[in-house]
Amino acid sequence: MLTPDELREIEHELSHYAQPQAATIEALKIVQKHRGWVSDEAVADIATALNSTPATVDAVASFYNLIYRKPVGRHVIHVCDSVSCWIMGQTRLSELLKARLGIDYGQTTPDGRFTLLPICCLGTCDRAPAMLIGSDTHRDLESVDAARLDALLERYP
Amino acid sequence: MARIYIDGHAFEVDPSRNLLEVVLELGQDLPYFCWHPALGSVGACRQCAVTQFRDEQDTRGKVVMACMTPCTDGSRFSLQHDDAVEMREAVVELLMTNHPHDCPVCEEGGSCHLQDMTVMTGHNYRRYRYNKRTHRNQDLGPFVSHEMNRCIACYRCVRFYREYADGTDLNVFGAHNHVYFGRASDGTLESPFSGNLVEVCPTGVFTDKPYGESYTRKWDLQQAPSVCHHCAVGCNIFPGERYGRIKRVENRYHGALNGYFLCDRGRYGYQHANAEARPRTAMLRERPGAEPQRVATDAALESMVTWLQTRTLGIGSPRASLEANQALRALIGAERCHRGVAVQDAALDDLMLQILRQGPAQIASITDIEQADAVLILGEDVSATGARVELALRQSVRQHALGLADASKVPRWQTHSVQLLGQDARSPLFVATPAATRLDGIASKTYRGAPQDIARLGQEIVHLLDYTQPRAPGLDDDTIHLAHTIAEALKSARRPLIVSGAGCASAAVLQEAGNIVTALAHAGAAPSIVLLPAECNSLGTAMLGGADLDAALTQIESGEIDTLIVVENDLYRRVPAARLDAALARLQHLVVIDALATPTTQRADLLLPAGSFAETDGTLVNYEGRAQRYFQVFQPGAYVGSGGDVRESWRWLQQAALQAQGDIGTTLDDLTRACAHGDPALAAIVDAAPNAGFRITGQRIPRQSQRYSGRTAMNAAHDIHEPRPPQDADTPLAFSMEGARVDLPSAEIPIFWYPRWNSGHAVNKFQQEIGGPLRGGDPGERLIVPGAGGSYFERPPWRPPQGLQAVWLHELFGSEELSARGPAIAERTPAAYVAVSAQTAATMAAREGDAVQVTVGDVQWPAALRIETSLPDGILGIPRGLPGVPVVLTDAAVSIQRSAS
Amino acid sequence: MTARQSPPLRPLTERLRPDNTPLSLAEYERHGGFQGLRAALKMGPQDVTGMVKTAGLRGRGGAGFPTGVKWGLVPMGPEAPKQKYVVANGDEMEPGTFKDRLLLEGDPLQFIEGMIIAGYAIGASIGYVFLRAEYTLAAQRLLAAMAECEARQLLGRNILGTGFDFTLYLHTSAGRYICGEETALLNSLEGKRAVPRSKPPFPATAGLFGKPTVVNNIETLCNVPHIVHYGADWYRDLSAKTTGNADGGTKLYGVSGKVKHPGCWELPMGTPARAIVEQHAGGMREGLQLRGFLPGGASTDFLTAAQLDVPMDYDSIAKAGSRMGTGLLIVLDDKTPLLGMLRNLEKFFAIESCGWCTPCRDGLPWTERILADFEAGRARAGDIELLRQQTRLLGPGRTFCAHAPGAMEPLQSALKHFPQDFEAALRGTEGD
Ligand SMILES: Cc1cc2nc3c(=O)[nH]c(=O)nc-3n(C[C@H](O)[C@H](O)[C@H](O)COP(=O)(O)O)c2cc1C
Ligand code: SF4
Ligand code: FES
Repeated sequence: MLTPDELREIEHELSHYAQPQAATIEALKIVQKHRGWVSDEAVADIATALNSTPATVDAVASFYNLIYRKPVGRHVIHVCDSVSCWIMGQTRLSELLKARLGIDYGQTTPDGRFTLLPICCLGTCDRAPAMLIGSDTHRDLESVDAARLDALLERYP
Repeated sequence: MARIYIDGHAFEVDPSRNLLEVVLELGQDLPYFCWHPALGSVGACRQCAVTQFRDEQDTRGKVVMACMTPCTDGSRFSLQHDDAVEMREAVVELLMTNHPHDCPVCEEGGSCHLQDMTVMTGHNYRRYRYNKRTHRNQDLGPFVSHEMNRCIACYRCVRFYREYADGTDLNVFGAHNHVYFGRASDGTLESPFSGNLVEVCPTGVFTDKPYGESYTRKWDLQQAPSVCHHCAVGCNIFPGERYGRIKRVENRYHGALNGYFLCDRGRYGYQHANAEARPRTAMLRERPGAEPQRVATDAALESMVTWLQTRTLGIGSPRASLEANQALRALIGAERCHRGVAVQDAALDDLMLQILRQGPAQIASITDIEQADAVLILGEDVSATGARVELALRQSVRQHALGLADASKVPRWQTHSVQLLGQDARSPLFVATPAATRLDGIASKTYRGAPQDIARLGQEIVHLLDYTQPRAPGLDDDTIHLAHTIAEALKSARRPLIVSGAGCASAAVLQEAGNIVTALAHAGAAPSIVLLPAECNSLGTAMLGGADLDAALTQIESGEIDTLIVVENDLYRRVPAARLDAALARLQHLVVIDALATPTTQRADLLLPAGSFAETDGTLVNYEGRAQRYFQVFQPGAYVGSGGDVRESWRWLQQAALQAQGDIGTTLDDLTRACAHGDPALAAIVDAAPNAGFRITGQRIPRQSQRYSGRTAMNAAHDIHEPRPPQDADTPLAFSMEGARVDLPSAEIPIFWYPRWNSGHAVNKFQQEIGGPLRGGDPGERLIVPGAGGSYFERPPWRPPQGLQAVWLHELFGSEELSARGPAIAERTPAAYVAVSAQTAATMAAREGDAVQVTVGDVQWPAALRIETSLPDGILGIPRGLPGVPVVLTDAAVSIQRSAS
Repeated sequence: MTARQSPPLRPLTERLRPDNTPLSLAEYERHGGFQGLRAALKMGPQDVTGMVKTAGLRGRGGAGFPTGVKWGLVPMGPEAPKQKYVVANGDEMEPGTFKDRLLLEGDPLQFIEGMIIAGYAIGASIGYVFLRAEYTLAAQRLLAAMAECEARQLLGRNILGTGFDFTLYLHTSAGRYICGEETALLNSLEGKRAVPRSKPPFPATAGLFGKPTVVNNIETLCNVPHIVHYGADWYRDLSAKTTGNADGGTKLYGVSGKVKHPGCWELPMGTPARAIVEQHAGGMREGLQLRGFLPGGASTDFLTAAQLDVPMDYDSIAKAGSRMGTGLLIVLDDKTPLLGMLRNLEKFFAIESCGWCTPCRDGLPWTERILADFEAGRARAGDIELLRQQTRLLGPGRTFCAHAPGAMEPLQSALKHFPQDFEAALRGTEGD
């Protein structure tokens, strides 16, 4: 079941489009905003709300990399792995992150705090390497060390 | 016409077609995947690469996709140019990077478009040295198997399923090289056309599940051209047999009828022919009350001939061929033959025939339906009674988008662009039926009512088209408004179509369908019509004529009859059981000839096992009045232990005649001819297919492929000698590998197979034009020409109904007798139910799923209550023919009670 | 209002504050804001289009299509469909590109003004901003600016009392680079999978929901108010007067990679690459040499150190063998392994393929794996030829959209300019 809040937000997005199914991505993002991820059940509920079908909604949900169809941690860390960041030492950054968090890409820390994922170019190539934690962009991480990284992560309980 | 150049040769071609179609039509080979003649071009697979040159001087050219390239006048192409050749090979190489190369264990192997195209491009050696991606497969229900690892992502499945058939539960998930084609979760594919995925998929992702469960390679199947027996549309099919069993049914392309697609009832309905419990031996009941015992065929015929000396009556069947019905008539005299349907059903058949013959409407083929630009469905749930019509109607509403495409100069074959232009706007389709139908989702407007109400809506439309006609009595404003909308849409359409049929068992509805086309013709429109009779040969038996089943029963009841011969008919599906029981009890002898074990065969004193559709030849007349010949796929008994005494019902009758020193002919042709001579309206049936004497350079047409294997071995467990193959005196086909394979008449092509084209896609080599008629014309002979039009049917005075009214509903899976007997269809068949509106349910304090006792007239039975919100109040919907649902007279008094639990 | 005396030289970025916080509507107007819109609303729509055409504005999204010409393809007049749309392409996911972000975060009102004018010019009453998901700050600032405009009747019904209606909606994406391709973007905006569409029909006649639609890049649209305000001639004169530069205006250029001061600057169109790298970006870091650069993002061909003097305008770069793309350079230094960089690039393109057409869907992952073998010293004889073949087979016209051809540009140019890297990797393998 979608919550009244979710439904209201979806309703609002519906008014922006000539066709209800155009709000599919918004609806997925709204549900994800509230729950962290989009379950099969939520896919079906969104389909009902948009007069669509689960197969139609999931075809969209599974296409976009920022819709999570599996549970994620409280904070998703997206490390930019595109070319400028790579040149500036992204590999080192992600190895460090993996070591500090004890997880690989695609995994979530056992305490459910962080999920680590790669992401493509964050559009901040002049201050590479960069990463997103939640919706915060962190830049200039070329020479970041374990201590600074830990301090950064501390800000995300 | 446009002049184009291909590898230096000039061709005059139709500029509205794309280059790929044209190349194939010219008889050349060009590989493709995502293009499909019915689905058009989307340019996804990049397989159909050719080189296009700017002008005569240009030698470098550029690579283009033939399927996305129009044949503009003066354009120059090369199929053999190095760049194009390299591209085509490379695309296959890429497609194969992830393919499992499991052809030896793949059901598609040997009949695989991917194999063919791979060979065609010359790709042999694998250079990709990395791991392949793998997928999890889904359980998609009883019809279709899923093996995603074989997927080459041509997107055809979703395009057919979603864009062509409007299904919603199959889709593509994921992105980049992790695209996945399936359902959101495991579960039965909902579309009634899901089986077409098996043929639409160019490789082995979607395969025929029942076929896979007892699999035989394509080349080891014995096949013959056949006609689907599961409704009156008469789609053309290829049943394939091995070891005395039908292994699968494939689509047999017919340019005007089924085209490339069948419904799932047609594809999977064959399993009754393989039933263990089928009558296989002649059985005789020595005396009343005794158990029937196996009897030698000679002795069986002797008893029958003796009984024929008594006062005899025959009952034919609309699910039997014209020839079977004819044989009965010839044996005992036409005047003593009844046509095997109840009085009210016979009247409907006669009425349909009358409207088709006398009315001004063209009878729409399936292709014509697809082109209709305004459609009214009056009373008929075509999704259940003639599903191929539903699929065609789904195309008809796209006429609007095609019109927009024409106006924007976007080629019609550029499918996604046409969709983009059309958006959700559709050509008008109106559905007036008692309950919701699957077509409602694409309908401009729907109307719900009892048959009398639907007839009144029809009458109002007639009035609006032709003011000389009276208004309909007692309509509310909404309905009058709807009638206006419909009348306007029909009048302003270029190709208006009226669809009705026997489904709601209402003469009034049919008459209004007839009246509407008459009124449209008066108004200057050129209407066409589809009237769907109930069964595969309803129209044929109506043309043969004869009195109805009630008349026969009356005679029996009055003690005038000693012996009754029933041919391929379960009378218990036609008249209430109580009456039938009593009548049959009055007979001395009941002879039943049938391929099914039915309540009627249980009563037989003499039961003669008949061949199924796959073991017989004959002629059926479909809803269009098209006589079509279907051919015996295999001879019962050719595989030792499979046959018993099974033979064609007409052959039993013919042998009985012989025994009685009579002569009703010896071959199928004799019966076809006799039938044709009996009635000028049937004269053309002899031309439905060439006769048994037909030869090509002195040779017959082989039912077995060039590569048929194991012929000498398959009976070796019983006899190490290779038996002589069965001989066929009835058709030009042979139970053999040897014979003629080129230039076959379209009605007698047993398989579409062509050098380099091992899958069903070989059909392009047999067509006059892609998607058009087969070479030499599509199979069958149209028997009915529309009349000059003329008078309207009169309406009886209207009386508002009293009390609960019984109305027939229909199920695609379950309502039809033959298909319902197969396990695959049975899995999709609902349990016996009756349906009422929520309001009506409330009046009896009943809920969805409650057990209820239903009483209609004298008949009482238990059912589960279904709440069908679309049904008008006061109507009891009864699913006709569904297992567990008895025969009732719908005009009888109806009551319904919750069962004491 | 303090109308400025002389027209600006850096019109797009002039108002940007050092900390990049945006101006309020009042401040914006004080700095000449909405003059372009006011001027436009006094002109006929077709005249606005004509002006943009004359100014020679070319699309800044990568393809460089003349903006005025694109607008001119939209059906106008009473026969034209009632509903039309303008869509701003703010997907900016091309690796190495960070200009639209700067403009949206720093001066959202300028963009909104451009958007309204575009809507007016083509007769669209609805606009959508398609913004990549990660630009949350840009989204916030844009929404705030939109709200201000709505409150002041600069957006919504009856704009500035002229009777022109224009509603603007923000759509934030859910990822996928291919959403930047304009027809894939339209599918995405319709709530579908971002698979490109076949053409014809072009968006100008059948775009969003099948209605006439113009899709323009954020930077492109930001140019529009200035063109209308200061005139086409002023605009044409802004560009660098280098030989062969037919383009007008300024361009946001930028540099990433191991230069001293990576960044983004608005400079006259046609500024030579050397000036951008050496003056604005401060040259290479100590001890590093420039080996080559991708002039306009990940999907453009490498140019070499020897080509640094190429003027960064559409035609000159094309003549040099690459593309302007987004105009933001990615610099390859002599210590960064080329093969690793290529592997990184092709992996990006492989993952971002929409999966519709075969060469891209299945060819890019293969390409990436071969490059990974080169990088890891596992390449085999014949692999260079295999890569060459891929660049042909995934080239323009061979795939359904320009994604895969774009992916092939850095690879094909690397094979051309730096064959020694591949050969050396192969020799290494053979030596084992
Ligand atoms: C794969 C691909 C990605 C693209 N990404 C973007 C993008 O992120 N932003 C953009 O403005 N244009 C992008 N484009 C170009 C657009 O298709 C389109 O040309 C552009 O938005 C038109 O606007 P303009 O004429 O103002 O440049 C991309 C094109 C391709 C083929
Ligand atoms: S080139 Fe093909 S697969 Fe790649 S993004 Fe474009 S359409 Fe999709
Ligand atoms: S058949 Fe032409 S691109 Fe697929």
